[in-house]
Amino acid sequence: MDPGQKSVVLILARELATNLATPMFLIDADGRLVFYNEAAEPIVGKPFSEVGEMDAGEWAALLQPTTPEGETLSRTQIPPGVALLERRPAHGSIAITGLDGVPRRLEITAYPLYRRADEFAGAVGIFWLENEG
Amino acid sequence: MRARLWGTRGSVASPGPDTVRYGGNTSCVEVRTDDNELIVLDAGTGMRGLGLTLLGSGITRIHVLLTHLHMDHLQGLGFFKPLYDPNIEIVIYGPPSPTVSLAERIATYLSPPLFPVALADVPARLSFHDADGTFGVGSASVTAAPVVHQGSTVGYRIDDLGRSLTYIPDHEPSLGVLDLAVQDPSWVSGTGLAQGADVLLHDAQYSTEEYPNHVGWGHSAVDQVVAFAQLAGVRQLVLFHHDPLHTDADLEVLRDDALREWNGAAKDLLLAYEGMEFDLSVAAQAAEQAST
Repeated sequence: MDPGQKSVVLILARELATNLATPMFLIDADGRLVFYNEAAEPIVGKPFSEVGEMDAGEWAALLQPTTPEGETLSRTQIPPGVALLERRPAHGSIAITGLDGVPRRLEITAYPLYRRADEFAGAVGIFWLENEG
Repeated sequence: MRARLWGTRGSVASPGPDTVRYGGNTSCVEVRTDDNELIVLDAGTGMRGLGLTLLGSGITRIHVLLTHLHMDHLQGLGFFKPLYDPNIEIVIYGPPSPTVSLAERIATYLSPPLFPVALADVPARLSFHDADGTFGVGSASVTAAPVVHQGSTVGYRIDDLGRSLTYIPDHEPSLGVLDLAVQDPSWVSGTGLAQGADVLLHDAQYSTEEYPNHVGWGHSAVDQVVAFAQLAGVRQLVLFHHDPLHTDADLEVLRDDALREWNGAAKDLLLAYEGMEFDLSVAAQAAEQAST
């Protein structure tokens, strides 16, 4: 099969995300950020259409995640990284610098997506500004 | 390879005077690889007729590739004569489930009281395999991949000596998509299977007007099928899985609607009918090249 087609799990998840007013992002099995929805754009700081897909190291470096107290976090310490690398759900409060340069405090819940028990398709995350509850 | 359609209808068998030209049997396609292995795509009611032709043919092995287990894709299995021949090996592939084996799911139908014979009691030698990834059948390479439909469902692509046939009889690639024609193909279900296929047999259950009342049912409207086929760059599109409510005359209107959207030659957009055949053999390819 053409290796270019995304997993059908990600295709369906993206369709869900595009129909949600809840900020949501998708990461593929290689850790590549493949989509975030319109609701997420004000938080990330740029429309996805301008940013496009990003490799794992790239999106983590651009968003500069820290603890709420300002301590730098590696990709493996934030919920999407945990969902991706440890293949388990994770939740946390973090701070990022949006791609528009604005610092924001967020809560993120991320969880792994499996198509079959032994086939990891990627991870999905929802997030919201901390003061929005 | 060569292919012959034994059932082209969706949902439920619909025999009668209004469906004579395109047929009332549900999904079943016979494929012969170049080295004459037999592949049967789906086990709808069309499978009964195919089974009758195999009696006394000397065949010893049959590969049955199920896209999913809705009844219109399974009901013919119990009436497939080779199932009752102990000299025949039947290798069955179907969509994976995280909890229940393929054999157990098929046995839900092939067991009393829904059917008089239990799957475990049929004489043929059966084996069951999850349809996932690529595997070989004779000279052909078969690829199975999940597609958007209700429940666990796969489509199949068969590549044999440079020619390809893709079979996605139940599919709603446009679910939630505003305009399929301008999508990035990598985000469209089924494009991986259909990319550049010589022949695509694809769900075309609804008219454009009927679709809005059936969003999420797992099927496509003809305009969506055309957009999907063109996105995937298929050579020949065959409208398949006809709605049981559509008469022969209705189907011809749907084909005309589809042709208005189709950028290719009219001869390459066809309505599936029982008995329709495709010759994708090396010999046919050579003859085709010689004539162009």
